[in-house]
Order: sequence, then C-alpha cells, then structure tokens
Amino acid sequence: MPVTVKTFQAASEAASALSSDRAARYLGGGTLVMRDLNEGDVSIATVIRATDRTLQGIDAAGARIRIGAGVTFARVLAERDLAFLHPAARSIGGPAVRNMGTVGGNLFAPAPFGDFTVALLALDGIVSLQGSFGVRDMPIEEFLQSRDRQAGALVVGVSCIRPASADAFRYRKIARIKPKGGSVITLAAHLPQSGGRVTGARIALGSMAPTAIRAKAAERALEGRPFDAGAISAAAAAAAEGTAPTDNSLASAWYRREVVGVHLRRLLSGQES
Amino acid sequence: MAKTPLQFRHNGRDVALFVDGGTNLLVVLREMIGDLTPKFGCGQGGCGACTVLIDGDAHLSCLTLAEAVEGRAVETLDGIKSGPNLHPLQRAFAEGFAAQCGYCTPGMLMAAKALLDKIPQPSREQVVEAISGNICRCTGYEPIINAVLAAAASLRASA
Ligand SMILES: Cc1cc2nc3c(=O)[nH]c(=O)nc-3n(C[C@H](O)[C@H](O)[C@H](O)COP(=O)(O)OP(=O)(O)OC[C@H]3O[C@@H](n4cnc5c(N)ncnc54)[C@H](O)[C@@H]3O)c2cc1C
Ligand code: FES
Ligand code: FES
Repeated sequence: MPVTVKTFQAASEAASALSSDRAARYLGGGTLVMRDLNEGDVSIATVIRATDRTLQGIDAAGARIRIGAGVTFARVLAERDLAFLHPAARSIGGPAVRNMGTVGGNLFAPAPFGDFTVALLALDGIVSLQGSFGVRDMPIEEFLQSRDRQAGALVVGVSCIRPASADAFRYRKIARIKPKGGSVITLAAHLPQSGGRVTGARIALGSMAPTAIRAKAAERALEGRPFDAGAISAAAAAAAEGTAPTDNSLASAWYRREVVGVHLRRLLSGQES
Repeated sequence: MAKTPLQFRHNGRDVALFVDGGTNLLVVLREMIGDLTPKFGCGQGGCGACTVLIDGDAHLSCLTLAEAVEGRAVETLDGIKSGPNLHPLQRAFAEGFAAQCGYCTPGMLMAAKALLDKIPQPSREQVVEAISGNICRCTGYEPIINAVLAAAASLRASA
C-alpha cells in the first residue's frame, strides 16, 4: 500500500513531523524500514526523512567522539580516527548493508541485530534526541531501556568515549555465518586501568536480551582488581547474570546463557574465538 | 494518493517519472523502466540478487526507497557492457562457469564491479568480503571468486 513520504531539510522539522504522527516512521538507511514496507506493514502510513547535513557529521577530535545518526557503517570504516569502532562496523551485514545502514538505525534494531549499539554501550554512549524544544542528551543505557517508548523521537547523533589505548576496548561478535550473519552473542568490553587495577569497567552484551545490556555482575567482578586470571574467571562466571536471551533460529536462549561466559573469558584474556 | 516526481540517472541516461510513496528502487527499475537485470530474490536484503550501484557503491535496490535516489546515479548490470562487448567480469563468469541458474549473477557482478572499481588488484579475502552479502545456491562460490580475480587481472592487463 502506498505511504506518504515526507522529506525535510531540517532535523527539527522532521522531529516535529515524527512526534505528531503516530503512524509515521523515520527512515534512516531503510534496511529495516523498507523490509517492513515490502512486507506490507500497514502500521506505517508516513515515512519521514531528513536531509540535514548535521546528521551526517563525524567529530572525532576530542576525547568524546560524536557521530551523526545518519552516518553509515561504510563511513565509519572510512574514518581513520574511528579505528577502535571498525571491528564493530565491519561485523555488520555485507558491504551493501554497510553502505546503507546507519548508526542511528542500529539503536533501534531488534536482536539478533544492533551490534554497533553494543560497542557504544560499552563506551558510555550518549544519545542526542531532537525534541520540539531542542536537543536533549540521554545515556544510551536509559535510552535502550525505554526504547519502545522512544518511537516518535528523532535521534540526531550519539557520542562515546575514545578508549585510552587499543587494548582497553575489545569487541567480538559470535555468528554462525561468516563473514556476515546475525549475532549469536555480541560482546564489547571497555577496561580502563589505573595503578594496575581496573577502574570503570564496562561490559556490554548483544542478543542476550531484547536490547543490548550491560553485564553488571561481570563488571563488578573486575572492578578495582588487577586484570589477572582470577578476575577474568570471576567475570566469566558472572557473565550470564541478569541476562534474558530469547530463542531464535541462530541459537536457543539456553545455549546463549551457557556460552556467554566462555566467550567473555576468551575476549578478556585475548584469545581467538 | 498523490504520486511523487522522481529523477535520477540510470546507466548514464536521465530518467524522470512519478512513483507511489514507499516504492522501492527495484520495482522502479524492473516494473517502471523495464530494466530486468536486477533480480527480485527475497525483498528483505538477505540475498543480494537486487544489488545495484548508487553513486558507485553497492546498494540493495529492494531496500532502497525510490525517493532516496533523487538526483543520483544508478548503475545496473544492463549498463556495464560497452556496445556488443561483454564486460570483462561477464566474460570471466561465462568462461569460468561461475553462473549456473544465473539468478544471483547480476547481483554478484554488480557487487564485484563495486569492488574492482575501487580496488583493481583485490586479494581473495577482499573478493570474498565483497560478495558476502550475495547468496548463490548453485556454484559453491569458488568459481565466482576465481572469475572475479580473473576479471581483475584482465582489466589490469587492458588498462
Ligand atoms: C541482510 C541484512 C543483514 C544485517 N546484518 C546486521 C548485522 O550483522 N548487525 C546489525 O547490527 N544489524 C544488521 N542488520 C540490521 C540493520 O541493517 C542495521 O541494524 C542498521 O544499523 C539499521 O539502520 P538503518 O538506518 O538501515 O535503519 P532503518 O531501517 O532506516 O530504521 C530502523 C528503525 O530505526 C528507526 N530510526 C532510524 N534512524 C532513526 C533516527 N535517526 N531517529 C529515530 N529513529 C530512527 C526507524 O524509524 C526504524 O524504526 C542487517 C540487515 C539486513 C537487511
Ligand atoms: S531481493 Fe534484494 S536482497 Fe534479496
Ligand atoms: S548461479 Fe544459481 S544462484 Fe547462483
């Protein structure tokens, strides 16, 4: 069924159009929205787009990196300053999906997708939402928890911290179909250290709940301890705590819970998967 | 519902038409301008049979909103041969038995062209990566990978 397509130049105009129409969906790269339209999803009556250049911006100069919601994974991969995010961007789809899919759209992608969001969650991401009175920032964890209620809000961008060293940030996606495929489990860990101890550990998991989640028990197991075999074992043992995976064609919930600790151990100890 | 005017370049020629809102580019190409080279496989982004180049990059036309190509250059398999001569990629596929039923072939060729246009001397891994979004149910991929590498060599030789 035909839908009404509305294209706006300013993100603010797109945001007000989006918030005032319950049957409207914002179109980023379209890799998920167009699939719904092709399948005849009648809940979508209006498609909203914005050509605003600010949605395409990348600011990698400071300690916090800002990425516009409309930036594609191919753009992330072309940006040398974002090298720490390249493994996450490269793990998504095939080249055509990476040329189309956006960082903003990934925040809304249901499991087994949303891989880039897992990396952003481990890097203390902040989501910028455009409302009628300007832009407000929300920690990514809070955003993900209330994601279902965010329909109607336009994400303009996301920021995250730049890891202090290449070794301080690790990302791995466990998939059955290589080089592309949905995630069995996606893991990201940010492990800053000071004085030989882990401080402010962040571990994020994908496909272990409806949205990306933090493995807080595993984080606690590392916090304030030297990053050694004992700490890694404790974190691995706590990995499944607080998770709520579901069954899908890639893996059962049971399997995901069984193996998440194994993969976290490998990630933390630097082993190959 | 009102139709939207749309203009873009299709294999080097300007096209102007009216589309229903929400129409995907694959429908525009196949049903409205009669270019049957991009194939409809899944309509979900999963098979790659509908791959075309938009401003030189591989895109899935089934997941591309028609309005999103306004003013842009779309290239399909129909545009890659020059006159009666096959493109070196097409020749390599034919000579290397890289097509059996042929359904995936247009998408494979366009994904491969996107690669060779940017990286004339790709590694085998780069070829695998370039076609990783394209499913072939017949060939087992080996002849396809070899054909892309052979086409790259012949393109370099004739450059
Ligand atoms: C074949 C295939 C393979 C894939 N593989 C992967 C994979 O390996 N890993 C992975 O994570 N994902 C994968 N995906 C899913 C998807 O491509 C990505 O998650 C992508 O990031 C979605 O972005 P998009 O811009 O295309 O989203 P869209 O389809 O444009 O939008 C998705 C949702 O987000 C909303 N949205 C988009 N942008 C905004 C915004 N700025 N503000 C508010 N709402 C917004 C839309 O309204 C919609 O509800 C795959 C998809 C396909 C078709
Ligand atoms: S038809 Fe477009 S990817 Fe299958
Ligand atoms: S040749 Fe038949 S699907 Fe590839």
